[in-house]
Amino acid sequence: MSFKITSAVIDPAARKRELERSTAGACVTFEGWVRNHNDGEAVQALEYEAHLGLAEKEGARIVAEALERFAVTSVICEHRVGKLRIGECAVWVGVSADHRGAAFDACRYVIDETKARVPIWKKEHYASGATGWVNCATKSAG
Amino acid sequence: MTIEVTARYFAAFRERAGRDSERVSTEARTAADLYGELARRHVFADSVTRCKVAINDELEDWNAALSPGDEVLFFPPVAGG
Repeated sequence: MSFKITSAVIDPAARKRELERSTAGACVTFEGWVRNHNDGEAVQALEYEAHLGLAEKEGARIVAEALERFAVTSVICEHRVGKLRIGECAVWVGVSADHRGAAFDACRYVIDETKARVPIWKKEHYASGATGWVNCATKSAG
Repeated sequence: MTIEVTARYFAAFRERAGRDSERVSTEARTAADLYGELARRHVFADSVTRCKVAINDELEDWNAALSPGDEVLFFPPVAGG
């Protein structure tokens, strides 16, 4: 499957090799990393949760859309779930194509649509000991 | 007419409600109506326009009609990447 939710560490080099085609003249990859701050708060770790079945289904739709809309050869996206440390790769997108323009566009499309549509949630663990769900107005009771 | 459905909660909704799922007797006709009812009960603060709903493991429109026995999955605003 070209869209995968995984609890294992993402291996960008291995994923990139899966994009190799003798017809491809361009490869664009994107890595989303866990950073140590968000909205002015010090972040110590991130926890990702997904609805596995629907996330992979919606993700597969996004990859299919990218293959249809852009002149690209191969598209792969992998997203982590579970607790991640600062600096870890949370999401990886890779695209190969004959030419760079389509590869850049498709890569951008896949990461933007993934962030907007795929049922994945991100909980930030702050240095203060508090936690918070990103993008979410609903807070935990108590 | 009252119907029985199962509501399932994810991420912030699960933490706020203090449970993964619950059986609900409701007069709600649509997923949006049911969300409104459960949001009042559990104090969910997110507008439906930012949330998603699935019925029996298929993403659906908020206007989707509910049937007895449906499993309704409530997804708070997503935040992948």
